[in-house]
Amino acid sequence: MSIATRGFRGRRREPGDRLPPGQTKVSRWPVLSAGPTPDVDTDTFDFVIRDENDTEHHWNWEQLLAVGVEDITVDIHCVTHWSKLDMPWRGVSLDKLFENVDTKYDYVMAESYGGYTANIPLKDLRDGQAWIAIEAEGAPLTPEHGGPARLLVPHLYFWKSAKWIRGLTMMPTNEPGFWEQYGYNLHGDPWKEQRYW
Amino acid sequence: MSTRAALPPRAHHRPAWHVATVLETRAETPNAVRLILDVPTWPGNEAGTHLDVRLTAPDGYQATRSFSVASSEPGRVVLGIDEVPDGEVSPFLVRDVRAGDKLEIHGPLGSYFLWRPGQSDRPVQLIAGGSGVVPLYAMAATHAAASDPSPFRLTYSVRTPEHVFFRDELAALAGPSFTIDYIYTRQAPPDWGGTVGRLTRESLVGTTIAPHERPRIFVCGSTGFAESVAAWLLELGHSPRDILTERYGGL
Repeated sequence: MSIATRGFRGRRREPGDRLPPGQTKVSRWPVLSAGPTPDVDTDTFDFVIRDENDTEHHWNWEQLLAVGVEDITVDIHCVTHWSKLDMPWRGVSLDKLFENVDTKYDYVMAESYGGYTANIPLKDLRDGQAWIAIEAEGAPLTPEHGGPARLLVPHLYFWKSAKWIRGLTMMPTNEPGFWEQYGYNLHGDPWKEQRYW
Repeated sequence: MSTRAALPPRAHHRPAWHVATVLETRAETPNAVRLILDVPTWPGNEAGTHLDVRLTAPDGYQATRSFSVASSEPGRVVLGIDEVPDGEVSPFLVRDVRAGDKLEIHGPLGSYFLWRPGQSDRPVQLIAGGSGVVPLYAMAATHAAASDPSPFRLTYSVRTPEHVFFRDELAALAGPSFTIDYIYTRQAPPDWGGTVGRLTRESLVGTTIAPHERPRIFVCGSTGFAESVAAWLLELGHSPRDILTERYGGL
């Protein structure tokens, strides 16, 4: 179903724009979050990965940075129809953080300071696809954009890139996170327009 | 917002695509339009819901944007749309759309930033910046229509009296269980006794329900507005769990 609206012409995409269906390119970086911005201090920051054996892998701020911060340039896609292309980030690869995690579970719940959660299949977090990001556009992540550290999973809609990240917990099944409980898609692939369910 | 919240009740209606016909357009403010849409298949929606509007050009080019819904009944959708300078969709909707035009909508969307009658007897504090009042107006109207006993208060920061959305409707809703405080940031009505200027933490104290009354708080406005207000509310002693935010200006 698709009907034309009288008189609408809109803007045309520029050649080379890599935009998933239903998305519009922005140059600004909009902010979306469901509640107040939590105050997260790098002095007390603690990132943890929990596996099914009740083993906890912890990194404080210095330990996280010491794992190795890499430069990343990616496109990000928000379910509210904006995309930001060629965005420079810096962060720590989840491949490195998962190196010593022994798990047979296939799903992960990302958990944030402030209580936000997002569910993500483990295979979407490995093989160079996801980071704990600490900088964007050449500056430390600001609190409203998830600073000091947020998950960065750019190939999924951006609500999966949980702000104020504090941990990842392995799950045997794909339990819904915060927005997923409110009707957003369990997976969230922008190229398949997996917005809602 | 808890890590392992129980599953909330599903929204009453699954989101779906609908064809909408514009019944009426009305100048809402100098920069905004009220669109009244006839949508025979629209199932109705909860207060606070948003939807996606999709416009298609003759050559198939499409643009989609999200807008909050001011109404709640089936078959009809009311939107209040502020023109985003340099925007692609809102200038078209504000300036060019007229009665009889057709567009597509997808919704109802969102089951978080919602107010449901009978859900709680706690007081409700609504805090709006500019066009952010649209979903909050829907909540106030639903509250009145349901004769819900929980006390409602709206604090509405707006440039001038003529920039108020749903001015007559809000005035008609005001009463013992719904009070409105306007914060005029540029210019107040001639008989206005208060000060003119931006919302501050101090003016928030004087115009909102106190933390000890444990209001549930819905904040909607620009990102800067929502960030400032939410931070002040925390400083005043409100619980982060009681503060729900929604921002416009994503595009």
